[in-house]
Amino acid sequence: METFNKIAVPVSALILFVVLWELIVWANGWPDYVMAAPSDLPAAYIRFWELFLVGGWQTLWRTVAGLGLAVVFGLLLGMIMGFSRIARDALYPLLVGFNAIPKATLVPVLALLFIGQHNFNTVLMAFLISFFPIAVSVGIGLSTLEPEYRDILRSLGASRFTIFRKIALPKTLPEFFGALKVSVTLAFIGTNLVEIVSPHGKGLGALFLSGQTNSNYPLMFAVLIALAVLGIVLYYGVVFLEKIFAGWAERQST
Amino acid sequence: MSNLIAIKGVRHAYSTDAGPLPVLDGLDLTVPEGEFCAVVGPSGCGKSTLTRLVAGLMKPDAGEVWLEGKRVTTPRKTVGMAFQNPVLLEWRSILDNVILPLEIVDPSMSRAKRVARAEELLAMVGLEGFEDKRPSELSGGMRQRASLCRAIVHRPSVLIMDEPFGALDNFTREDLWQTMRDLRAVENFTCVLITHDLRESVFLGDQVVVLSGRPARTQYILDVDLPHDRTIDVLYTQKAADMLHDLRNQIKIAQGRDVEVH
Ligand SMILES: Nc1ncnc2c1ncn2[C@@H]1O[C@H](COP(=O)(O)OP(=O)(O)OP(=O)(O)O)[C@@H](O)[C@H]1O
Ligand SMILES: [Mg+2]
Repeated sequence: METFNKIAVPVSALILFVVLWELIVWANGWPDYVMAAPSDLPAAYIRFWELFLVGGWQTLWRTVAGLGLAVVFGLLLGMIMGFSRIARDALYPLLVGFNAIPKATLVPVLALLFIGQHNFNTVLMAFLISFFPIAVSVGIGLSTLEPEYRDILRSLGASRFTIFRKIALPKTLPEFFGALKVSVTLAFIGTNLVEIVSPHGKGLGALFLSGQTNSNYPLMFAVLIALAVLGIVLYYGVVFLEKIFAGWAERQST
Repeated sequence: MSNLIAIKGVRHAYSTDAGPLPVLDGLDLTVPEGEFCAVVGPSGCGKSTLTRLVAGLMKPDAGEVWLEGKRVTTPRKTVGMAFQNPVLLEWRSILDNVILPLEIVDPSMSRAKRVARAEELLAMVGLEGFEDKRPSELSGGMRQRASLCRAIVHRPSVLIMDEPFGALDNFTREDLWQTMRDLRAVENFTCVLITHDLRESVFLGDQVVVLSGRPARTQYILDVDLPHDRTIDVLYTQKAADMLHDLRNQIKIAQGRDVEVH
């Protein structure tokens, strides 16, 4: 019953959403260049399915690659900030400042820095936009570790690395995954941003752009829906990993 | 019998924003091998600092700490620690929590041997059947029992406990005193127990050391002249009452208050 509810509730909500959307478009008599109706979309998917597959794959792998970099770099930075007070004081303002820069302004900067490296630029943007939450949450998680947790191993002469591996890292995992859920959406936005803004882009963002240039409005809406689906897939991918690696934290709160 | 723990003229100060804060000043303490030393003293006088010095987690500004005939400068594998907070790792089962020190102290030990050792201890403290549970599924007293098992699983020669029963209700606490007494009869360790419960210090200790107010020094040592296989009833004898009274007066002196005249 519970698993049934888990699937039935969101699916019903989705159907309701689509029906409402269709109804609103129909009731207002909007033409498809104002707002396409869900019934316009299948035609777009059937006609351009190959482009959707290729674009979807490009968007997906570049987002995941950027996020992967963000995880490695964010973990490293978080560890440095978590273990060293001086590093924390030095890096925090820099990080906050960097995070405050609207990332759209970086697209032309990157494009000039690495001319023609579209894949590289896209991955880089996904990375740049998404490492911040990971670094901050890991840093805070490590620096707020109660000293007793450290002392149970330190009193046995365990090395810093052992303490990190056996205690600090697993203890920080719930916070890390919390941040990763934010980061995955950010990385996805970063990828799409570059795809849409930069000329001769690839991926779903570029498909969206070509829909716009060709005034193919149903295609544009179809891309938006595809993006939403991909976003959901990525998000639940992280949730799945969280269940595997930090599932113990959930039990604790119930 | 040799002194397993010897602390000589230890002095220590923390540096704070308001300048150095002297915490220990001329602290002396000796514990013969296999003995149980209970330490009491006013709140904030430096008891936890003392445990960190004995464990080698910190170095004193002056004075010496000796364990097993060696000067303590760094942590050593022959020490076990337990705190008021049981600090069990939620992502590990109770069994794997108890095993943790073995992973550090003896990496070559087989999994089967580790499990056998941990199960033996868990059975001794009455946690048989809880091996696969998560810490959050246990009561506070049970968690503290598991924490004790973890502190001695690697057969340390010194067990250092910082108010391990402080957060428990009275009945659970008395149960754990008896568990502690039973563990002592089987396992060989020398023990330093920080406590703020005078009855606990008399029930468990072979000697009770009273520390003065901050900066702490050794103010008074009471030899608890009772047999090792004590029962809680012993606390209701005249002998125990006299000792408790004696300690209470010493604590008052340590707190800087006058001893009641009667
Ligand atoms: N790392 C530190 N830096 C500065 N001051 C500290 C530090 N650790 C402890 N102190 C101070 O040193 C004094 C002694 O601390 P300690 O924890 O050893 O006392 P305690 O006897 O264990 O206290 P309690 O009875 O509350 O457990 C306290 O006043 C405390 O505020
Ligand atoms: Mg203390």
